[in-house]
Amino acid sequence: MEPIIQTERLSHIYSAGTPFEHGALVDVDFTAYRGEYLGIIGHTGSGKSTLIQHLNGLLKPTSGKVLFEGKDIWETKERTRQIRFQVGLVFQYPEYQLFEETVYKDIAFGPGNMGLDPAEIDRRVRQAAQFVGLKEETLAKSPFELSGGQKRRVAIAGVIAMEPSVLILDEPTAGLDPVGVESILGNIHDYHVAKNATIIIVSHSMEEMARTVDRIVVVNDGKIPFSGTPREVFAHGDQLEQMGLGVPAMTRVFHRLKSLGVDIDPSVYTIEQARDAILTKLGKGAV
Amino acid sequence: MALKDITLGQYFPGKTIIHRLDPRTKLLGTVAYIVALFLASHVVTYAILLVVLAVLIAISKVGLQSILRGMRPVLIIIAITAVLNLFYTPGEGEPLASFWVFTIYAEGIWAAVFMILRIAMLITCTFLLTYTTSPIMLTDGLEKLLSPLKAVHVPIHELAMMMSIALRFIPTLIEETDKIMSAQKARGADFDSGNLIQKAKALVPLLVPLFISAFRRADELAVAMECRCYHGGAGRTRLRQLRLGGIDVAALLLSVGLCVGIGVLGHYGW
Repeated sequence: MEPIIQTERLSHIYSAGTPFEHGALVDVDFTAYRGEYLGIIGHTGSGKSTLIQHLNGLLKPTSGKVLFEGKDIWETKERTRQIRFQVGLVFQYPEYQLFEETVYKDIAFGPGNMGLDPAEIDRRVRQAAQFVGLKEETLAKSPFELSGGQKRRVAIAGVIAMEPSVLILDEPTAGLDPVGVESILGNIHDYHVAKNATIIIVSHSMEEMARTVDRIVVVNDGKIPFSGTPREVFAHGDQLEQMGLGVPAMTRVFHRLKSLGVDIDPSVYTIEQARDAILTKLGKGAV
Repeated sequence: MALKDITLGQYFPGKTIIHRLDPRTKLLGTVAYIVALFLASHVVTYAILLVVLAVLIAISKVGLQSILRGMRPVLIIIAITAVLNLFYTPGEGEPLASFWVFTIYAEGIWAAVFMILRIAMLITCTFLLTYTTSPIMLTDGLEKLLSPLKAVHVPIHELAMMMSIALRFIPTLIEETDKIMSAQKARGADFDSGNLIQKAKALVPLLVPLFISAFRRADELAVAMECRCYHGGAGRTRLRQLRLGGIDVAALLLSVGLCVGIGVLGHYGW
């Protein structure tokens, strides 16, 4: 697979030279491949938010490099700005950044900054609204009269409208009800499929992560201790617990079985995998 | 640019004797020092005050560098005052130099030097106060010190509460500003280039969400306070009781001593 974003020995130190100095990232080598659906997990303060803000040039590395399609994103000022349109970043609780009079205008803010012509902006706004499931009549409303979930959709649409080839979302489902969670994750998946976009989702919900992503990168203490498919990552159950990251409930049960002396594969995280593991153990083979 | 790097409130946590002093002691001590500073008018008294300040800085472990950094914004004021004093102090002896409408006397040079020292020391000693006292402690101390004014119906408790809330929310709002700025930058907003009007316009996507969130927070805080039965200052006890210890008494006596001593020295022409 071809890498789209890479970091090379990326370090970031906050408040350098003051008593409050602390390293948020230490020599991080991170790679996201074109078209993949990637998850980043880590608990609060692990450095995951700092990492993603480097990927679109919002933070400048203290040392190390960030490459987009193989070229340093800090080469020129213009390139850094263009990268922000290529790598769309949706912050946590993005609904708090809405400011325009109408939903339409707010979604059009990003494309407008790109300097596109009005017809193209119009197309993108409508398409983005469609991706996140906003109705036509909502576009004329003020974003401040919408519900929390709707506001979140507007904010995500505002980034999608820039049609980035990499879409990064920081805890996109935080504080939503289960139906809202499913629906937003579905919208993101739609965008992934329709534009063959690379998606990077930051979360601390293992269950949600396990269901949606191809690959998981674990961030802890400003480093990446391990990464891989959900199965590979969940095999490190004990280490994950030590980092304060629970594994899915299913995986925990199997880890416990294993530690009780049952010879069983503990890396499962879905009902189907659990069934197969149990059947294998009972000597009946997977169905 | 990271807004986080701005030192506001400027508190540097520490465990030195100065950090541990009661905020009231530090406030009164600062006032005493400033009074002494204005009583001083002679090289000797200035030297004494300078030594005292140096000792205090050394004890507090604040570091000369952070004090000098804090001094930067007032450099212009210091410079202007010094220049004005230099040129406009009338002297009795021969002018040292004279050109166009300006004349410089020996007295002018002395006045300028003293003025620079006075302002610099004044600012340094107040810095020492804010560097070693957390803003919350400071408002607590102020509230206690000003509490006699309640007798004449000055709402001291309310003012102190407003001040602590404001101080409490400064870092929160800075963080919020930082976050919204990043979010808008991620959508291609440009806060740094363009002329004045364009720059002002670019602030709209920042200010609207910031105001909304400030009002939302104020609302939430009011509800939270009400839920915990806040009903003003009457009969309220405190979590952190301020207590004057032996060390505070000693510090206060030293401050008064310094003040009186400088006054007496000044009386004898020093």
